[in-house]
Amino acid sequence: MQASTPKLSLGPILYYWDRDTIFDFYEQVAQSPVDIVYLGETVCSKRRIMKDDDWFEIASLLEAAGKEVIISTLTLIEAGSELSKLKSLCDNGKYALEANDMAAVNLLSDKQTFITGPAINIYNAGTLKFLAKHGLKRWVLPIELSKETLSDLQNELPENVETEIFFYGRLPLAFSARCFTARSHNLPKDDCQYRCLEDADGLLLKTREEDPFLVLNGIQTQSAKTCNLIADLDEIKKLGVDILRISPQSKATLDIINIIHACLHDNKSTQDAAEEIENLTPTGSCNGYWHGDAGMDSVKQHLSKNKAGLL
Amino acid sequence: MTDSNNTMELVCPAGNLPSLKIAVNNGADAVYIGFKDDTNARHFAGLNFNDKRAQEGIAYAHQHGSKVFVAINTFPQPSGWKRWQDAVDHAAGLGVDALILADIGVMDYASERWPDLRLHLSVQGSATSQESIDFYHRHFNIQRAVVPRVLSLKQIKTVAENSPVPIEVFGFGSLCVMVEGRCLLSSYVTGQSPNTFGACSPASAVQWKETDRGLETRLNNVLIDCHAKDESAGYPTLCKGRFNVGQNTYHAIEEPTSLNTMALLPELQKAGVAAIKIEGRQRSPAYIDKVSKVWREALDACHQDPEHYQPQPAWLNALQEVSEGSQTTLGAYHRPWQ
Repeated sequence: MQASTPKLSLGPILYYWDRDTIFDFYEQVAQSPVDIVYLGETVCSKRRIMKDDDWFEIASLLEAAGKEVIISTLTLIEAGSELSKLKSLCDNGKYALEANDMAAVNLLSDKQTFITGPAINIYNAGTLKFLAKHGLKRWVLPIELSKETLSDLQNELPENVETEIFFYGRLPLAFSARCFTARSHNLPKDDCQYRCLEDADGLLLKTREEDPFLVLNGIQTQSAKTCNLIADLDEIKKLGVDILRISPQSKATLDIINIIHACLHDNKSTQDAAEEIENLTPTGSCNGYWHGDAGMDSVKQHLSKNKAGLL
Repeated sequence: MTDSNNTMELVCPAGNLPSLKIAVNNGADAVYIGFKDDTNARHFAGLNFNDKRAQEGIAYAHQHGSKVFVAINTFPQPSGWKRWQDAVDHAAGLGVDALILADIGVMDYASERWPDLRLHLSVQGSATSQESIDFYHRHFNIQRAVVPRVLSLKQIKTVAENSPVPIEVFGFGSLCVMVEGRCLLSSYVTGQSPNTFGACSPASAVQWKETDRGLETRLNNVLIDCHAKDESAGYPTLCKGRFNVGQNTYHAIEEPTSLNTMALLPELQKAGVAAIKIEGRQRSPAYIDKVSKVWREALDACHQDPEHYQPQPAWLNALQEVSEGSQTTLGAYHRPWQ
């Protein structure tokens, strides 16, 4: 595999922001050096500030700025109304889709090419090849898988399938039908009062020793630590990864994009980048999954050195 | 797929041969088991079936008119792929009645290699709608789908009505509040998850320590809970710990309770649910004995006269005794919202 320069993608906003904030955010994204932008609500079907047409308006803006736009679908499809909405998104006729639930995979497969998000369990070559036969054109490595597994899968990657990894952001670890944000306010889910609007980066959950541990984001549970693979960039390039995903946060996302872009295109050292990113990362970073360890672990690398033969 | 004369099967867990025999003797229509490795989602030390035991168990069950399902319901990575392939071949050779699978690659292999073998979609396959069940039916001809414990009764009814295959729902046992197959909390803390390793919050990562503050339970050094002297300390499953959110310390994700849907049996029967699954392959033969007996009685009573069916206090008491945190809940099934 040839070391190549990966593209940068911006994942869907996982939190609930107000409409103006979202529009402002994507106006900045349009000016940023990110190559691919994933748009849409992937966490909770009750979050309806943004209508489909709002997302399509943003999509046009981003396309005009030269970005590839993908529409991301809801991660947990339960209700009939969610299924109908999913169907209409799949039939949008213009933008490619990121399937985040097998319902979406079923609707898209054998009809159009599609992308799978990190919550679709592609853990082995059998699964990867099967989905490729039915229209998979890009997959995001499930977040708990290691570089060893990725390396094995890259060796058997079907033709014309691109590999994307979750490179920077708080890890979406679990999905429930229950809303933990509503629970924290003693509210039932059906009367949640959209309290997740109050937490632009989710609600921090700490252990009883006050260590930041997880982040409650509605029905989604995230890591408190931010996954940051900047120190592993050389290995990632050697594995032929096509796309690096950055997951939006309310602060510094554009700075993070610029820093990582500079590493890829302007010879910025990953050492310098790591230091700058660390200062912009709220409750510490982790890269354990990449190294085959507990996800919360942080494995130090010898930065910016040639790692030939390390894998 | 609704049927007014629906007879729901009782599907009981067995982590070893004595449990399997007890479940069969108590009238389980089917018993589900796993092999002694990470190919199943109860990969615990001392649990599960080797070759000889599986053979013996299957023969015993078949003699007594019960079926045996084998769970191969974790997600293999390339380095371990052969183990899953062997498990499928092995189960097929043993003459099991169905495989319970989660991974697309494994399902593809099983349906190609053993086209006559009956396949069920595991709860680990995270199918929460008829549309996702359809995927597995279309491609792998699955004959049943086990649906996650996050669905409400109304949603179960909709899925049962529209699914291309009958569905199986959880009736009793430990409650996962997260969608099965889509929860990585355990590997985030310990490196091992149900998907990759077949265990959540694995025992090897658990630490118990008496301190001045109380009994601390930790998972790979992360404090999951701290129990005062008068509190009973449960196993530190990480979503069931107490944490600080804002100014409050509470069970921020889930209370340690067990799921119990006994009160809903007539509605599940009417919805056309094919089978009620009991959780707990990791539990003792005594648990299997108590739970399978009570559920057999309840299912029979419900089938004979659904209109007048009422869970008996004696049944509920028996289940309470073996419940996590000695409490039970209807879980998501009672949710009124969509």
